[in-house]
Amino acid sequence: MAKRIDVSGLSAYYGSFKGIEDISMTIEPRSVTAFIGPSGCGKSTFLRTLNRMHEVIPGARVEGKVMLDDENLYGPGVDPVAVRRTVGMVFQRPNPFPTMSIYDNVVAGLRLAGVRKKPLLDEVVEKSLKGANLWNEVKDRLNKPGAGLSGGQQQRLCIARAIAVEPQVLLMDEPCSALDPISTLAIEDLIGELKSRFTIVIVTHNMQQAARVSDRTAFFNLAGVGQPGRLVEIDDTQRIFSNPSVQATEDYISGRFG
Amino acid sequence: MDTPSPTVPQDRDGPYGPHQTSHGHAAHGQTPVELPAELPAALAEATGQRGVTAPPKARNRIGDTLFLAASRGSGILLLVIMAAIAVFLGWQASKSLSSNTGHFFTTFEWNPDATPPVFGIAVLLFGTVVSAVIAMAIAVPVAVGIALFISHYAPRRLAQPIAYLVDLLAAVPSIVYGLWGALFLVPHLDGLTAWMNDYLGWTHLLSQSDGVSGSAPRNLFTVGILLAIMILPIITAVSREVFKQAPRMHEEAALALGATRWEMIRTAVLPFGRPGVISASMLGLGRALGETMAVATVLSPSDKLNLHLLDPGGGTFAQNIAAKFGEAFDNGRSALIASGLMLFVITLLVNAAARLIIARRKEFSGANA
Ligand SMILES: Nc1ncnc2c1ncn2[C@@H]1O[C@H](COP(=O)(O)OP(=O)(O)OP(=O)(O)O)[C@@H](O)[C@H]1O
Ligand SMILES: [Mg+2]
Repeated sequence: MAKRIDVSGLSAYYGSFKGIEDISMTIEPRSVTAFIGPSGCGKSTFLRTLNRMHEVIPGARVEGKVMLDDENLYGPGVDPVAVRRTVGMVFQRPNPFPTMSIYDNVVAGLRLAGVRKKPLLDEVVEKSLKGANLWNEVKDRLNKPGAGLSGGQQQRLCIARAIAVEPQVLLMDEPCSALDPISTLAIEDLIGELKSRFTIVIVTHNMQQAARVSDRTAFFNLAGVGQPGRLVEIDDTQRIFSNPSVQATEDYISGRFG
Repeated sequence: MDTPSPTVPQDRDGPYGPHQTSHGHAAHGQTPVELPAELPAALAEATGQRGVTAPPKARNRIGDTLFLAASRGSGILLLVIMAAIAVFLGWQASKSLSSNTGHFFTTFEWNPDATPPVFGIAVLLFGTVVSAVIAMAIAVPVAVGIALFISHYAPRRLAQPIAYLVDLLAAVPSIVYGLWGALFLVPHLDGLTAWMNDYLGWTHLLSQSDGVSGSAPRNLFTVGILLAIMILPIITAVSREVFKQAPRMHEEAALALGATRWEMIRTAVLPFGRPGVISASMLGLGRALGETMAVATVLSPSDKLNLHLLDPGGGTFAQNIAAKFGEAFDNGRSALIASGLMLFVITLLVNAAARLIIARRKEFSGANA
């Protein structure tokens, strides 16, 4: 199920602008890896290179290697559509399809994959919504529009939609930044449960959140405006927050930045 | 906040004086804390209520009032105009309807100025509906395809000129389309007509009667094609704008689930654009139903209701009015107006149906996302 990600020498461009440069890291399976760093340092950009979502932006391209176990995502002949089915993604702003019901939102990925059998879909809906801690709140209104839920519920619906296709890796870009503390805690608990099945990568600006949910933490930084972002260090979360090996990391975490 | 909540001094009548005293601090039994002395005065000045003892009143703001009056006025004006048109048509039409010896809905011939007058709209209704249906069947799918191509497939350098071209086509006057239809389309549709007669003749609808095969295709089918070309630009232009509005975040959500580009469009763009495409189609349909000159130049009219759509002949409401109005006498004019009223009613019905379709899925429209 869960797979190891091994990135080496990865750079990503927006047209001629280099957003991130020469990033190498290993992300362990069945663990939570948090990305932290100042705004604009390329966390989202890097995250999106891990499921080939970066290249959907016009003019954007990627150099380097991303190995998922022993398959290079950027190898010749690799279908980005297939990659995105194995590496799921949850976005910063909850984005359930407004034209679909809650039910249809959850099974959207399965329908794309050609699954049509109603009993199977029903089962996946229940399982995924339970997995996303949303089942009890919506089980009586599965046919109501997904956009009619609260923000926190919508985000959990998006998580249900992402895990319904049983991806091997789950990428989350600031999944809690638009949520209240209670929904945030619900999603953090959920991340803790999901990590037994998936490899999880989460971007967050919340240090406590990184410390609470992640096993390993990567700190990104950029040398200056217009410069590409770089990976400063990646280590066990405990070490990063207690005794990081780079001074900049400590400055950032303790708020003595810039 | 753990500081005691500031309250208005009791002994002075500030702007909120009576209101505040009744259930402000008094109810909580706190000792009043002095506000900065100048604050109530400043507030009072800002709200224009210096020294007033009553609770603040809603103020009239001139911009709001003007805007309300203007928008309400135009709304009412629109309704009045619609009602005036309907009343005028109904009143004018009633004269001929009472003297008609035929049946208004089922009679084929159109002789309102004969004695006794005989006329009916069967041929016109059939011709109008059939040509509009053919036009929509061709134009809507093609327009949606072009709109998607412009909004989601073509590289920007190509999309811009195409979009511009389409907008330009929407501005071509219908008489120009009519001339082009009569002088170019009709002669060039010979081959297609013969081919359809051979291969689709079994449908009966898309066939020619034996007697007329080989004659110029001045028929309802050709009219339908011409109308399709005429309404294509407006449907394309509106659909394109709607598709462009499809939120990027939902497109990305679909892509991240492993959708191909077409699947992404089917998941996130088409459902989002559906109400817009329906509205666009209604605009096009309105033009197709009411088109006069282009139909009049292409069709060779007759008062036969012919189920062979490839046979010359037939007619539409608008074409019939244009052709007959000039030499019609009193009763003839009144009868033509009655047919115009029917066109008006048909358009209203079709629009109402479209509204209904859109409203039925309103909560899934994405408008509140
Ligand atoms: N679509 C885009 N086109 C061009 N440049 C972009 C685009 N998206 C991001 N960038 C640039 O790439 C750099 C990295 O952006 P990115 O969104 O990855 O930062 P981030 O670390 O996620 O920031 P934040 O914490 O604010 O989300 C920034 O300089 C940004 O301006
Ligand atoms: Mg970001």
